[in-house]
Amino acid sequence: MFKLLKSLKKEDYFYLFISFILIVLQVWLDLKMPDYMSEITTLVQTEGSKMKDILINGGYMLLCAFASLVCAVITGYFVSNISAVFSRNVRKKLFNKVLDLSTKEVKEFSTSSLITRTTNDITQVQMFIAMGLQMLIKAPITAIWAVSKILNKSWEWSALTAVAVIILLSTVGIILLIVLPRFKIVQKLIDKVNNVTRENLTGIRVIRAFNAEEYQVNKFEKVNDTLTKTQIFNQKAFAVMQPIMYLVMYFLTLFIYIIGIYLIKNSLMADKINIFGDMIVFSSYSMQVIMSFLMLAMIFMILPRANVSANRINEVLDKETSIKNGDVISSKEVGTVEFKKVSFRYPDAEEYLLRDISFKVNKGETIAFIGSTGSGKSSLINLIPRFYDATEGEVLVDGVNVKNYDLNYLYNKIGYVPQKAVMFNDTVENNVTYGDNGKVKTKELVSKAIEISQAKEFVSKMERQEKSLIAQGGTNISGGQKQRLGIARAIAREPEIYIFDDSFSALDYKTDYNLRHELKKYTKEATTIIVAQRIGTIMNADKIIVLDKGKCVGMGTHKELLKKCKLYKQIALSQLSEEELENA
Amino acid sequence: MPRKPIRNEKAKNFKSSMLRLFKELESFKYFIVIGLILAVCGSVLSIMSPNRLSDLVNKISDGLKINQDNLELITESIESSMSEDTLKETMPLILNINLNETAINNIMTSSNITNEEKNIFNNFLKNSDANSEEFISSLKDLPVSILNIILPTSTYNGVLISTEEKIELLNIDKENIHISDTLANALLKDIKVGKYNITPSEQAEFINSISSINSENPTEIYAKIDKMPKSVRNALEPVFDMKGIKRIVIFLISIYLLSALFTYIESIIMTLVSNKFANKLRSRIINKINKLPLKYFDKNQTGDTLSRITNDVDTVAQSMNQSLATLVSAITLFVGTIIMMFKTNYIMAITAISASLLGFMLMFKVLSKSQKYFIERQKYLGELNAHIEEIYSGLNVVKAYNGQESANKEFDNLNERVYNANRKSQFLSGLMMPIMNFIGNFGYVAVCIVGALLTMKGNITFGVIVAFMTYVRLFTSPLSQIGQAMTSLQTTAAAGERVFEFLDEEEMSNQDNITKVLDKSKAKGNIEFVNVEFTYDGNKTPTIKNFSAKAKNGQKIAIVGPTGAGKTTMVNLLMKFYEINKGDIIIDGVSTRELKRENIHSLFTMVLQDTWLFDGTIKENIIYNRENIPIEKVKEVCEIVGLDHFIKTLPKGYDSKISESDSVSAGQRQLLTIARGMLEDAPFLILDEATSNVDTRTEELVQEAMDKLTEGRTSFIIAHRLSTIKNADLILVMKDGNIIEQGNHKELMAKNGFYAELYNSQFEL
Repeated sequence: MFKLLKSLKKEDYFYLFISFILIVLQVWLDLKMPDYMSEITTLVQTEGSKMKDILINGGYMLLCAFASLVCAVITGYFVSNISAVFSRNVRKKLFNKVLDLSTKEVKEFSTSSLITRTTNDITQVQMFIAMGLQMLIKAPITAIWAVSKILNKSWEWSALTAVAVIILLSTVGIILLIVLPRFKIVQKLIDKVNNVTRENLTGIRVIRAFNAEEYQVNKFEKVNDTLTKTQIFNQKAFAVMQPIMYLVMYFLTLFIYIIGIYLIKNSLMADKINIFGDMIVFSSYSMQVIMSFLMLAMIFMILPRANVSANRINEVLDKETSIKNGDVISSKEVGTVEFKKVSFRYPDAEEYLLRDISFKVNKGETIAFIGSTGSGKSSLINLIPRFYDATEGEVLVDGVNVKNYDLNYLYNKIGYVPQKAVMFNDTVENNVTYGDNGKVKTKELVSKAIEISQAKEFVSKMERQEKSLIAQGGTNISGGQKQRLGIARAIAREPEIYIFDDSFSALDYKTDYNLRHELKKYTKEATTIIVAQRIGTIMNADKIIVLDKGKCVGMGTHKELLKKCKLYKQIALSQLSEEELENA
Repeated sequence: MPRKPIRNEKAKNFKSSMLRLFKELESFKYFIVIGLILAVCGSVLSIMSPNRLSDLVNKISDGLKINQDNLELITESIESSMSEDTLKETMPLILNINLNETAINNIMTSSNITNEEKNIFNNFLKNSDANSEEFISSLKDLPVSILNIILPTSTYNGVLISTEEKIELLNIDKENIHISDTLANALLKDIKVGKYNITPSEQAEFINSISSINSENPTEIYAKIDKMPKSVRNALEPVFDMKGIKRIVIFLISIYLLSALFTYIESIIMTLVSNKFANKLRSRIINKINKLPLKYFDKNQTGDTLSRITNDVDTVAQSMNQSLATLVSAITLFVGTIIMMFKTNYIMAITAISASLLGFMLMFKVLSKSQKYFIERQKYLGELNAHIEEIYSGLNVVKAYNGQESANKEFDNLNERVYNANRKSQFLSGLMMPIMNFIGNFGYVAVCIVGALLTMKGNITFGVIVAFMTYVRLFTSPLSQIGQAMTSLQTTAAAGERVFEFLDEEEMSNQDNITKVLDKSKAKGNIEFVNVEFTYDGNKTPTIKNFSAKAKNGQKIAIVGPTGAGKTTMVNLLMKFYEINKGDIIIDGVSTRELKRENIHSLFTMVLQDTWLFDGTIKENIIYNRENIPIEKVKEVCEIVGLDHFIKTLPKGYDSKISESDSVSAGQRQLLTIARGMLEDAPFLILDEATSNVDTRTEELVQEAMDKLTEGRTSFIIAHRLSTIKNADLILVMKDGNIIEQGNHKELMAKNGFYAELYNSQFEL
């Protein structure tokens, strides 16, 4: 937690320091007030006191209260500023860090966890700073100060207050001890309720087809009832807290008075009035003590949560990026990709995902990779845009090892299209022109790209055509439409090298065909790298590489492979009949 | 992690939503009424306590005052012993004046007495008459040497009184009494005050110290009292009304205990009610889900329904649990405090209320302003989070397209906005507590000053001030509680609205008057489509128009077409998930309009593209809702689909759990759903082929299993891959939601239409 505070600047620390002083001042003022209160009490109590004295003391007390308010306002201003600055800075830092992380680290954390860390966790820590920071400073100071003020009054009262504090804290402690583990259970049960509901919603067709509505309802009711029972237990336990808290406070005041009676009774006449004043003051101080202990207890309740969040943030911030930027911004060749004895495994894995892969593709050529799931196709092409680095061997683009390139320079050569097309919540046009390749993307280029990618067919039907909005995650268009826009984006980039990572999977054969056909016409100069499942998609590539368990088990054209590669033939036959293959 | 949608926290119609909520709570009304009554009782009790507490303080402060009665008793007794009348009688006796011949002679002849003194004495003898009043007072003017002789030591009441003391007695100053023990013994009697006996000498001490007080400062007086003899001190010592105190303390303790008990029972009741209510709402929603037509789910997102069942129900339950009772007890407290204040003292009440109101006006101003920033903050935070989510989930693309810079720019922009809204909303909301404190203190001082003024005038007692100190506190807290409860009720109304909106959705058509039953075991498997027309809600043109076709049992009907062509529409109609608008679908001579949905479902086995498995064991997933299926039967179907081997390699075999992340591949999941379908022995089969997510070799396995499943059944197959459906008896070609061609492979190829184009495209480049 405190490590994160480094993201604050010097001036913020200065504000923090001022806040600290102001809080101390505020505590002093708050504790000064009971003095005036007792003064006023004595004055009112004593016959013959002058109104002027009461007014003066009342004025002082109001002054204290107002000064305390001013302190609180200024502190509040600083602290809310600090917490907002803090969350802004940490969020920025974290965001930049995540942008720098390589795919490997992102996978380690998982995207959704990174999102939670950048959003929820930061908010969590910010909340703690906004609320907790003041309390954290204020509570102990108030507690100690108030205790020291009342300690010399009478040990009986002090002992009584101590007992009250102990009862309160132990009640809170015991309840938390009982309830906290069950909170986790509740969380799990809520997840379960969610899961069963989601199950019911996503499987609604299956459920109806099986007439299994009742089965689902029974399943749900079981979880629902367990959840309700656990919730009731928890809340019942919590229901004890409030009455006990009030009881302790009320009884404390009452017993302070009762003890006061005995103290007054056994004292000299001259001390009686003083003891009476003390009694009134003590009851208000003891409330301060109790409140500050409660405040401390609350901090310790929210601190662990904030701490967990802080640790999760730090985990990301401390992560070293495994992909280091190079500095080469020139290349020897154009449009070539070469693998030299490339092997790859995840850094902490034992199994190699790719073994000893070598090939070269030249400008204007098309190379395709095929193989079953887990054969390493995607891992292979992920090495080109450096989502991962090769464990052994070299990956060369335009004759230069990709590790040596300045990443921006390398990326400007590449048009990468993933299987799951990424859509941004923006217009179609902006989705297509997304990113920066150092060139201006004209309107003509955009419509050309949309046309080639076969996206025109549906974009023209959209309400505002190219200006139509794509919802977040592209939920308002279909998977195939997303893929086509993703491809249009790559085209608009005018890259030297196209990389299609199974990016035609959601297209029907006809669209698939048309797209590739048009693309070929448009980009004669560009090198194309395709990963696919369908034989039809890759049949006419200049070179096809068949992968099996990370090894290259065949390389050549469609015709060559049909003859010499058993696996290739097997795959082909599973999709097309012998006769169809002949016809092709 | 599902992202919580940013929701509108204000209900569209607060009143109707709340009314509906209360209507729904009907069955809990007795509990709620009891709970609320208890809340009111608790509040009433906590209003009662300050008054009693102030009584207690009054009693204690009474214990600070010296015992006036005893003081009067003592002074009266002393005064009566020393009054002029008494002294007139007692003085001569005490003085025992010796003015006989011998004494006069002694004086006249004494050499120790000067002539001058003798002259004074002579004058005295001549002028005074032993019986006159002035006689004794004139004695003190005589020289000491003479008095020594005429006032010899004598005894009075058994007390030996010396000449000096007699002189002293003569010189007693009424204004400043100071008497010796001996004299006191002679003059005063024992005084009985209660159980205390005050001897004359103690009385003398009392008189002596009282007479030396010349200040009005009570502390000084009290300090003097401390120095008085014990018996006097005891008599004057302030007395606590222990009986009264005890009564108040017991009363207070019972009030506190009772109010704690009430609060406890009330919160238990509310907890029970709110959780039971939430439970009921949840099961109503789940039941509703199963009664809604499928079109609802095609229109609404899973996440939305999900958030209604969890977030919204939770919100309703929680805020009901907290705010309802809080609101009632806060209002009671508020009104009650006002009443009590006015009852106690109206001037003080006006003071306390106006002092608090001043502060509250300030507070509401701050509150309304901060509300604005909170909404802003929520909005910007939502936008920022959406941006983060977008960038993170597309990180590879962002990088490969050099989009970091634009992502950063957008991020900074949003981050700055969040920062500003954060700063302001946090600051303003942070002001609440200090302002509340100030209001409390301000009220306190106001009450004290006005109270002191009134106390001095004697209008009120000190206890009233103490009571008002508490009233100020009691008065300020419910106001903010009411404010909080109101906002929380707003949220409840909004959430409740969403829940009830869902519960009020139109359900599937009633089928109570359908009596026909087509027995699964007797069904043959013939199906006929007669001029079927179907239009999706809101669409103008029908999706399926004038569609007629016939299939005999055991035949294979394939549905092909590009993605999004509406192939699932056919499934929806077959299964009566949607009802056709015109025409008819006839199964074994019976119109599906005359059959219950459940009946139709039982005639079909359906295996869908999305492999729907749930958290549970493999066995549970295969058997699903069917009862009395022996494990052997499960093993049998698994063997048929070729899963047996895989399942045996799992550590727990058929009892292994299936969860998302497990080693069950997409293909195996598909096989599991096929096995599930196989258990069902229905005459019809629908296969929504899943191929795009399965690798080719698994695909072969799946295909084999599917082929086995189609044996002897009338089957509908949705296919992407055209090679597998070439031998289908009927191929329906769909495009843009319409069936544009139908026939077998040969016929369609001969037609050279869309199907032929589609078929040929897979071999081209």
